[in-house]
Amino acid sequence: MTPADRDAFRQGVRTGIPFAVAGLVLSLSFGVLAREAGYGVVGPMLMSLLVFAGSAQFSALAVLVAGGSPAAAVGAGVLMNSRFLPMGIGLAPSLPGGPVRRFLQGQTVVDSSWAVAARPDGTFDRWLLFGTSLPQFVTWQTGTLVGLLAGDAIGDLDRWGLDAVYPAFFVAILVPELRDRTRAGVAVAGGLIALALVPVAPPGVPILAAALAALWGLRRTLP
Amino acid sequence: MTAFWITLGALIVTTALIKGAGPVLLGGRDLPPRFSGVIALMAPALLTALVVTSTLADGDRWEVGALTIGVGVAALAAWRGVSAIGTVVVAVAVTALLRLAGLS
Repeated sequence: MTPADRDAFRQGVRTGIPFAVAGLVLSLSFGVLAREAGYGVVGPMLMSLLVFAGSAQFSALAVLVAGGSPAAAVGAGVLMNSRFLPMGIGLAPSLPGGPVRRFLQGQTVVDSSWAVAARPDGTFDRWLLFGTSLPQFVTWQTGTLVGLLAGDAIGDLDRWGLDAVYPAFFVAILVPELRDRTRAGVAVAGGLIALALVPVAPPGVPILAAALAALWGLRRTLP
Repeated sequence: MTAFWITLGALIVTTALIKGAGPVLLGGRDLPPRFSGVIALMAPALLTALVVTSTLADGDRWEVGALTIGVGVAALAAWRGVSAIGTVVVAVAVTALLRLAGLS
């Protein structure tokens, strides 16, 4: 780890803190839901520790609570996670090491850290990515545990508008990109693809399909 | 309960495989410049998709509500040069106020 890597990591930790606050709220509600569903403490806690992917955890839990089969629950989770496939492909050239090290580094990706670490030229600052993910991992576990243990005392969090934190942060990352015409066009196309698929495709697929808009990059060379 | 444990095990394995697939399979080789062009455009495409699916849809339905307006106002603030934290504060405040006023 060079001094520059260390700086990037520290900067990432700072960048990740507001996302971590949003994650705390989300994971609290995951803990509360899992508690109400009667799945105990150990199982849902293991899920947050080893799956660590909010949308997949929520969708799988929702399917089970509604009486769906494990296959349906896993299918919902996999579709929600499918966006990590193109994200991992994008990140791949920026990761060093052999297959095991690369595999482990790939596990650290969450939406926000991937987006923050993406440079305009298509490469990634991996230490910035690791740093941004770290505080989110910590609060994700904390929130899940508190939700599981003290669920009833927490109440309805949406009332406070905290579900706006994630999308608002993504907007803040996105807006500077929109000043470039190519990127703005691709963003609009990705958004339209996702919206068009919402009523007809299972959750998760609209986001995965939006990545196809990036194929526009095959036609144009970027500055 | 068994259903939960089966789901848990399968989700742990599939999530690790999905996140690890790109880094392992495309490991250590130089990719053509055109590929970098595609990667560079993935962030705007995926971020927009995450934003619109969380603010304009509920499950498999399109939905406009307090969250849509809150994040929409925040987007205008961001465009006018408001910082990331400021953008989030605007989104949370507008969304919470609209819900206080009875909008869902």
